[in-house]
Amino acid sequence: MLSLALPGASWAHRLPVGVKLAGLAVVMVGAMQLRDPWVIALALLGLVGLYASLGRAGLAAGLRAARSLFWIVAVILLWHFVTDQARLGLTLGLRVFLMVGLANFVTLTTPLPELIALIEWLAQPLARLGLSPRLPALSVALMVRFIPILQGRFGQLGLAWQARSRRRPGPRLLAPLSFSLLDDAEHLAEALRARGGLAPRKQGKD
Amino acid sequence: MERNFTLVILFAALIAVLGLVPPIPLTFGVPISAQSLGVMLAGAVLGSWRGAAAVLVVHGVVALGLPVLAGGRGGLGVFTSPTVGFLIGWLPAAFVTGLVVERMRSLRVGIAAGIGAVIGGIVVLYLCGTVGLMVVLDKGPFEALMLSLPFIPGDLIKAALAGWLTQTIARYRPGALLSRA
Repeated sequence: MLSLALPGASWAHRLPVGVKLAGLAVVMVGAMQLRDPWVIALALLGLVGLYASLGRAGLAAGLRAARSLFWIVAVILLWHFVTDQARLGLTLGLRVFLMVGLANFVTLTTPLPELIALIEWLAQPLARLGLSPRLPALSVALMVRFIPILQGRFGQLGLAWQARSRRRPGPRLLAPLSFSLLDDAEHLAEALRARGGLAPRKQGKD
Repeated sequence: MERNFTLVILFAALIAVLGLVPPIPLTFGVPISAQSLGVMLAGAVLGSWRGAAAVLVVHGVVALGLPVLAGGRGGLGVFTSPTVGFLIGWLPAAFVTGLVVERMRSLRVGIAAGIGAVIGGIVVLYLCGTVGLMVVLDKGPFEALMLSLPFIPGDLIKAALAGWLTQTIARYRPGALLSRA
């Protein structure tokens, strides 16, 4: 599983993650106030310039994110043209691209380790609740690790089904997939306990 | 403790994997993704708080920029898109689904899970999704709801599946059914 962040060291990659997130929050509040489709189009042009400053890969990644919005924006435009509010529809459609594009820019230019470090820092108060501050980072790592495992098992179940039947499996393979997931959870919990558990500094804890 | 934690994490992974299943187009052309089935299932099997925790892990991983939502979406951008209400709404959806299973103990667990999935995974989820559409698009509740109605038949199918799967898990892995533990 790959992060959506672009590899590289552009000017935006070098900005501290806190600055980027704070800047994003400020810009988003401003963008929500824009009502004139021309102004939004201009801002959108500026955003495209921002992506272009990351190089060709940046533009391609921006385009990919924009493409996933195609349907919802098409529905918005259609709805407003039908109800005779074309200008409002244009404003809203362009604003969707602007807002998503802005947030996506931060995601593209912030490497995963920097974000994990930020989360660990934010999670420090957890220690006072008797939980390890590593918990959020551990959660992310374990989940991401198990996505390809579950996916592979789902694929195997599909192959086994194909060997016994010519019909399509439909949703029935979700049952064995859930069983294997629950069994994995048992084994993983044992492995965690064997390595000291979730609150390693406390002794004699269940 | 460790077991509850790993169950939560693995259900979060299940929600992500169900997003990778190709969407099934219904007869009238609306594609349904299996992802919200994972949300219903997390609530029904893990119960209210742990089900919501599994969703929270998914939210965190999305915010970190990993493409775990249906269609390979992820990153901070999805939190500013018009459909953000449906994403955030997973949290109360899983919680309410779990709450129904926990409270309706006199019913068979599969029936309770099905009812919970309809209340949590459809009613509560669409409420949140509609509010999200209203905020992002400046719409009234009626117009916003109209945009999401075509997806309800698919979600009813998912609720039925969630009920069946929960009943099956109760039969073969009763110990893992934290919502009725």
